[in-house]
Amino acid sequence: MTVGDLSTLFVWGSATALTIAFLAYTLALGRQAELASRAAAPEPAQVGAGGSSVALDVPAEADDMPTSDGSKASGIARATTLLGGLLLLAGIVARGVAAGRSPTANMYEFTLVGVLTAVAVLVFVERKRFIPFVGVIVLGISVLALAVALLVFFVRADSVQPALDSYWLVLHVGVAILATGVFTVAFAAALLQVLKDSRETGRSHLEQPWRRADGLRRALHRWRVTGPAFAWLRSVPSPRALEAQSFRLNAIGFVLWTFALVGGSIWAEHAWGRYWGWDPKEVGTFVAWVVYAAYLHARTTRGWSGRRAAYFVFWGYAAVIANFTVVNLIPNGLHSYSGL
Amino acid sequence: MSNDRTPAYTPDGLEDAFSGDALPGDGAAPAVLPRLGVAGWLRWAWRQLTSMRVALLLLMLLAVAAVPGSMFPQRPQSPADVAQYLLDHPASGPWLDRLGFFDVYTSAWFSAIYLLLFVSLVGCILPRAKVHLRALRARPPRTPRRFDRFPARGSAESSASPEDVVRAAERVLRGRGPLPMFRTEAREEAPGVWSVSAERGYLRETGNLVFHLALVGLLVSVATGQMLHFRGQVLLGEGRTFVNAQTDYDTFESGIAFQPESLDPFRLTLDRFTSRFDPVTLQSRDFLAEVTLDEPGAEPEATTIKVNHPLTAGGAKVYLQGNGYAPQVVVRDAAGEVAFAGAVPFLPQDEVYTSQGVIKVPDVSGGQEQIGLVGSLLPTAQQLTETIWRSVDPQPADPVLVLSVWSGDLGLDTGIPQNVYQLDDTGMEQAVDAQGDPVTLHLRPGETVELPDGLGTLAFEGVSRFVALDLRYDPALPFLLVFALLGIAGLCTSLFVPRRRVWVRAAVDDADPVRTVVTAGALARSDDVGLQDELDRVLGALPGPSRADPSSTSSPDSSSHGSAPRPPAPAEEAQR
Repeated sequence: MTVGDLSTLFVWGSATALTIAFLAYTLALGRQAELASRAAAPEPAQVGAGGSSVALDVPAEADDMPTSDGSKASGIARATTLLGGLLLLAGIVARGVAAGRSPTANMYEFTLVGVLTAVAVLVFVERKRFIPFVGVIVLGISVLALAVALLVFFVRADSVQPALDSYWLVLHVGVAILATGVFTVAFAAALLQVLKDSRETGRSHLEQPWRRADGLRRALHRWRVTGPAFAWLRSVPSPRALEAQSFRLNAIGFVLWTFALVGGSIWAEHAWGRYWGWDPKEVGTFVAWVVYAAYLHARTTRGWSGRRAAYFVFWGYAAVIANFTVVNLIPNGLHSYSGL
Repeated sequence: MSNDRTPAYTPDGLEDAFSGDALPGDGAAPAVLPRLGVAGWLRWAWRQLTSMRVALLLLMLLAVAAVPGSMFPQRPQSPADVAQYLLDHPASGPWLDRLGFFDVYTSAWFSAIYLLLFVSLVGCILPRAKVHLRALRARPPRTPRRFDRFPARGSAESSASPEDVVRAAERVLRGRGPLPMFRTEAREEAPGVWSVSAERGYLRETGNLVFHLALVGLLVSVATGQMLHFRGQVLLGEGRTFVNAQTDYDTFESGIAFQPESLDPFRLTLDRFTSRFDPVTLQSRDFLAEVTLDEPGAEPEATTIKVNHPLTAGGAKVYLQGNGYAPQVVVRDAAGEVAFAGAVPFLPQDEVYTSQGVIKVPDVSGGQEQIGLVGSLLPTAQQLTETIWRSVDPQPADPVLVLSVWSGDLGLDTGIPQNVYQLDDTGMEQAVDAQGDPVTLHLRPGETVELPDGLGTLAFEGVSRFVALDLRYDPALPFLLVFALLGIAGLCTSLFVPRRRVWVRAAVDDADPVRTVVTAGALARSDDVGLQDELDRVLGALPGPSRADPSSTSSPDSSSHGSAPRPPAPAEEAQR
């Protein structure tokens, strides 16, 4: 077995461990929901079809629910997340050894390192406060990304073409991957923030009748954020705390992203003879940068902070992901290094 | 809309708990509706433009407006794709063209958005700079009477006198470094009551201003560079020399303020070009151009150009952008005279370097027809059928030249510029064999063949290399770098330096005159997880046998990360 094959094996192992972690997190989430609904006052009365909902907020929704229920599921979740991260690290190191360079040259490697970053940030964020929802979101994205990497993006470990033969391969690409991983966790926090906020304020689009597709609405009604399916939201931190967490991560991500942008310009000046040429990847990076800049401004603007600022995080993260997937697979850009 | 019609104009984005001495929510400004004249309207428009709301809108617009540039082909990058798009979409194409969708980043609407954004930025930053300059000179705000609405609070007891306690707090707050961490001011508020007010984190707003001004610097640098720059391409064969003069370039473009006389007339000779490919995947691994640089007033110097390692010559940078093969041929006309001898660059078309080119032979001796040879060079040829050949390796292991023969008038004397790599066949006729099929010549190095129709002979002597060089001069580059680094530094400071105010009050206990009761509060700009810890640290360092009691409370936003278990908080309204 070559070192390259060993790396692939490690990555498969990591994907397996993270899948188990994902399931454990989901179980922990379910258990938390159960505990929450048992502990809380009775749910607001079911609203009849077409009936306008009363914003019956449950005042018993306190923030100081037990942060970790100490169940088996949460222990397994933590342990397998850590194991998955370590296996992935081993896979990435082996990959670098096999190729004889830093393992950040194509989409496959980018995905591996990005997932590792997201998992590392997850472990860090959850070290004190166990929030299963963030784990579910981050690991869901991670497992999906690893599967796509192994099945679609995979290319043989190899050295790189001359344009990539530069120390910027570590700096520029590495920092971009870090930023993507940090943005992923920040996105999960922002999503949770909006859900929690919706539940606290009794906001659900599934409560009001839909004009055309009311049947569809009724089918989805049990998934409304104010309903029992989201009872576990009681145990998550307040929207404000989540917003603060999301902001801290997004601020770090934004600085990293800025560095990747500037570093990319410097590298482009060395490799292609211009620092900025509106290559599709450059456009995508620019768009994501501007959206996150808008997010930072929105936070300090009256009337735009809180929930609305979180929408900017969604758009920004969408831009980051599109910039990685769509732009890499369009063959006519200078950044088409996927090797596919 | 404008709630900021308070007597003193606060720049947008500063209207948080931190901007005044008062706490948030203290007294909303009365809604006054003044009469608006022309000046009033202008001021209103200016305030709208420089408001954060409009800046947000412009930022989102900028993000959206940048997208079409990667959806439609762009003229500066790929004019051929634009022409193709216009052919494919005869109905919508011209409209898109008129609206600037094929040159998004210089279009009127894109420029309008970013220019407005920068005007908005400057209009927002300058007043903020003024406010900040004032704040830099100001003393920390006086200690408020009560601390119970602050996000971080604490209390302690001490046996030391109020003044000693406050002086100690001041020392802790200022820190031990050469620069004080907090700016402090201690005062005696009343007999037996001392307090210190402290503020830190002035760098936060400084960083914010530096970041935004760096953006302006970047824009100005880019514009200046555009005006002064030049960029030229040249194809250089092995053994050939290039002189840095506008006439020696194959293509050349420059900014409006560029002076052609300013070109430094250095000479560059390509001595040797080597390439390395992966034997299995055939991907390129290394390109190396060995050159001799001859700058005026200096000894000729042997150096190299590689991808990622451009050469600096005469203030410009020389990039290795491409390479290929140039077959060396000798063409003799029907009279046996040498009509052409030399290396002709053939342009590579794919990763195995299947290269295409034209050998134009205009200088035949009197009365004969001019000759054009069109075809391909296959670096490592493999014959699949009698007529189909292909290249299987980018390295010239077994090069074969495959050519068709044309004769007639090459059209070089018409004065219309021609593409060197294409044959204009309007005045030419292709040579055919007895069956009427076009004649195709296959040559290996060292071979000589007769041209059909008695046109003469063609000798293929060997293959040499050529490189495509890109020369670029942009005097703004160092400025761009400096502003970019300033921007990153400013960004980090503005996001990660905490801005905090801390107040500590020490008063003699009414019930027990030898006891000093210490109360403290702290406020931060935006979310600050370390606020309560900072306050606890200060209280913990105060003198006296009674230690700081841990009955400190904190706001919900810092609670989730506080390490100490939290006692039940009193009913406390969330400060949103």
